[in-house]
Amino acid sequence: MTDASMPTATGTPERKVKSLTEIDARTAKRNAAEKRFKLYGMAAVVTGLLFLVMLVTAILTNGLPAFKRAVVEVEFTLTQDQFDAAESKLLKTAEYNTLFITALSETLRERGIDREFDAAAVDRLLGSVGGTIRAFYRENPDQIDQPVAFELAASSRVDRYLKGTFGRDDVTEEGNRFFINADFDLVDDMRDAGLIRSAFNWVFLTGVDTGVDNPGGAGIGASVLGSFLMMFVVLILALPIGVAASIYLEEFAPKNRFTDLIEVNISNLAAVPSIVFGILGLAVFIQFMHLPQSAPLVGGLVLTLMTLPTIIISTRASLKAVPPSIRGAALGIGASKMQTVFHHVLPLAMPGILTGTIIGLAQALGETAPLLLIGMVGFVARYPDSFVGGLEGPNSAMPAQIYNWAARSDAVFTEKAWGGIIVLLVFLLAMNLVAILLRRKFERRW
Amino acid sequence: MYDAPQVTKQETAVTDVKIQASDVQVYYGGNHAIKDVSVAIDDKTVTAFIGPSGCGKSTFLRCLNRMNDTIDICRVTGDIRIDGEDIYDKRVDPVQLRAKVGMVFQKPNPFPKSIYDNIAYGPRIHGMARNKAELDEIVEKALRRGAIWDEVKDRLDAPGTGLSGGQQQRLCIARAVATEPEVLLMDEPCSALDPIATAQVEELIDELRQNYAVVIVTHSMQQAARVSQKTAFFHLGNLVEYDDTSKIFTNPEDSRTESYITGRIG
Ligand SMILES: Nc1ncnc2c1ncn2[C@@H]1O[C@H](COP(=O)(O)OP(=O)(O)OP(=O)(O)O)[C@@H](O)[C@H]1O
Ligand SMILES: [Mg+2]
Repeated sequence: MTDASMPTATGTPERKVKSLTEIDARTAKRNAAEKRFKLYGMAAVVTGLLFLVMLVTAILTNGLPAFKRAVVEVEFTLTQDQFDAAESKLLKTAEYNTLFITALSETLRERGIDREFDAAAVDRLLGSVGGTIRAFYRENPDQIDQPVAFELAASSRVDRYLKGTFGRDDVTEEGNRFFINADFDLVDDMRDAGLIRSAFNWVFLTGVDTGVDNPGGAGIGASVLGSFLMMFVVLILALPIGVAASIYLEEFAPKNRFTDLIEVNISNLAAVPSIVFGILGLAVFIQFMHLPQSAPLVGGLVLTLMTLPTIIISTRASLKAVPPSIRGAALGIGASKMQTVFHHVLPLAMPGILTGTIIGLAQALGETAPLLLIGMVGFVARYPDSFVGGLEGPNSAMPAQIYNWAARSDAVFTEKAWGGIIVLLVFLLAMNLVAILLRRKFERRW
Repeated sequence: MYDAPQVTKQETAVTDVKIQASDVQVYYGGNHAIKDVSVAIDDKTVTAFIGPSGCGKSTFLRCLNRMNDTIDICRVTGDIRIDGEDIYDKRVDPVQLRAKVGMVFQKPNPFPKSIYDNIAYGPRIHGMARNKAELDEIVEKALRRGAIWDEVKDRLDAPGTGLSGGQQQRLCIARAVATEPEVLLMDEPCSALDPIATAQVEELIDELRQNYAVVIVTHSMQQAARVSQKTAFFHLGNLVEYDDTSKIFTNPEDSRTESYITGRIG
C-alpha cells in the first residue's frame, strides 16, 4: 500500500515523502537504546558516588573525634609560701597535687557543687597533675602569687564519656584502676561547673605512639615524619632513576628483542603485589646488606622499587606523546639527540612525568604491606634526633601506624586509627592537588 | 584537458654540482623504497622532486641530511657526496651535516617557544653568536630572509605556535636558514598553505636560490614549473627522469613522466 515503488495510475512511481516530525520505528528503537544506556551510566555513577559518600561519612564520623579532646580548666593561685613549703617536702609532686585538689574543690564549691574526692580520683581523671603544675612553676617562677589558668588534658576515659562512647554500663561496681563509678559523678560535676571544654587535640598531630596505659596521649606525628623520610628517599632515588631509564629506553635504546623484553618486564613489575617487594627488601636490604631494620631508609628503598615501574611507564607514555615533528625540527637544524631530548622533548613531557611521579609517590605513601615485612610497624615512642638518625633509626609510617592502632583493643586507639586515616587522606589529597597545580603550571607554556 | 604548466624560468646558470648521489638504495626492513638512484644536484639551483605518492621522494630527500638515521628499520647504501665528501662516511657526524643541510618539513613544526627562541635555537647550539646583540642580528636577518620579519617584529616574545599556518611555515624556513646552511631541503613546504602564503614561500625560495642549493619535493606541477630549474621524476622508487625543468615539462623523454605530468598516473 505504501510501497514507494508502486506505480501510480499514471505509470510514474510515486516517491513517498518522509516527514521529519514522524519518528520511524528504527529511530525510535535507537533512541530508546541510547536512553537506556544513559540511565545505566547514571546509575553506575550514582552507585559510585553513594559508596564514596558512605566512605567519607564513615571516616569523618569515626575519625573527627580524634582531633578533639576534653580539657579541664582550673584557675589556681600559688603563693610563695606554698611554693617554698612544697619544695621543701620529700614528696614534692604529691604536695602540688594536694594544693590542686583544694583549688578544684574550692572552685566547685564556688559554683555551688559540693563533692569529696581524693588524689587517686584526680590521678585517674587528669593524670599526674602535680608534676605538670610543679614543672610549670619551676619554669615560670614569676607566675607565683598570680592566678594561673591551668588547662589539663582529661584522660581518654573522660574524653570518651563526654563523647558518649563510654558510660556507666562499661564499668563494674568496684571499677578498675582506670576508672571507678564515682568518677562519673565528679566528671558530671566538673562539666556542670563549666570547667570542662573541648579543645583541638594537637597532641594527636604532633605526638608519638604510646602504650596501652595512655591511649589518649598517642599521636601520629612520628609516623608522619617516618612517611616523609621514606618519601624523601623514594623521590631522590625513583625520580632520577626512573626518568633516566625512560629517556634511555624511549629515545636512545635500539628497538630489539632485548629492549622489548625489558619493556614487558617493567610493565609486569608494575603489577607485582607490594608484599613481594617487601619480602625482597627483607632478604636483600636487611638480611644481605645488613641495613638497619624498621628504618625509613629501607622502607624508602623498598618503596622505590615499587614506584619505579609506575614512574617509568608514565614517563615513557608522556615522552611518546610528544609529537615526532618536534624531534624532527630539532634534529633538522643540527641539534644532537641529547639536545633534542633535553631542550625540547623533556620540557614538553614534564607535566606527564610529574603527574606520574606524584601518583607513584601517593601510591607509596599509602602502602602498608611491604612495611610489615621490614618491621616498620613497631612502637615508635620517640622522635629521631637528627635527619640521618631519622633515616636509620626505627620508625613507622602512617598506614602502618594506623594498622597498628586498629589492631589494639582499646576503643581510643580505634578512634585514633580513624583519625590517622583522615591525616593520610589529607596528605594524599594535597599531593594530588600539587600534581594538578604542577601540570597547570607547565602546560601554560603552550 | 591538459594544461601544460607555464615554465617561466628557462635560464639555467652554469653551476657546480653540490650533491652527487650514486647508486643509492634505501630499504625499510624488507621494503626496497629507493632503487639505484643517481643524481647530481647543482648549487644555487632549485631542484624539484616530483612523483606519485609513495614513490620515495621524501625518503630520498631524508637521505641527503641523514634524517633516515633516526628511523630504526631504515638502511641506506650507495654513495652520497656533498662538495665531494661522503656524508655516510664513518667520520661524519650527522649533527654537523644537518647544520650544513637544513630541512623544512611538510607540516610547519615550530617549537613551542617564542618566535625569537625558535630562530635563535640553532645559532645558539652551534655557537654562532658571541653575545646577545649578535644573536639579535642573526634572528632579524633570518626572519627577514624568511619574509616574515614585518609580521612578527613587534611580537618576538609571542609563541611561534600562535602564528597562522603560513606564517609558521615561513618561521620554519627562517629557522632553517638561521644556521647558515648550504643546502636547503624542503618536503612539500606549501602543502598546508593557502595560495597567498604559497606565493610568498615560492618567492622566498627563488630568493634563497642566490645562496643555497634548494631541493623541494612537491605534488604541484605548477609549483615545480614555477620555482625549479631542474626536476627529478620518481616512480616506484626509481629515478625515471632528471633534467631541466623546461625539458621535463615540455618534452619529457620517458612515457611515464609524460603520463604523470599530464595527469594519467599518480
Ligand atoms: N618510516 C617509514 N617506515 C617504513 N616504511 C616507510 C617509512 N617511510 C616511508 N616508508 C615507505 O617508503 C616508501 C616511500 O615513502 P616516501 O614517504 O618516501 O614516499 P613519498 O614519495 O614521499 O610519498 P608522498 O608524496 O605521499 O609523501 C613507501 O612505500 C613507504 O611506505
Ligand atoms: Mg613525502
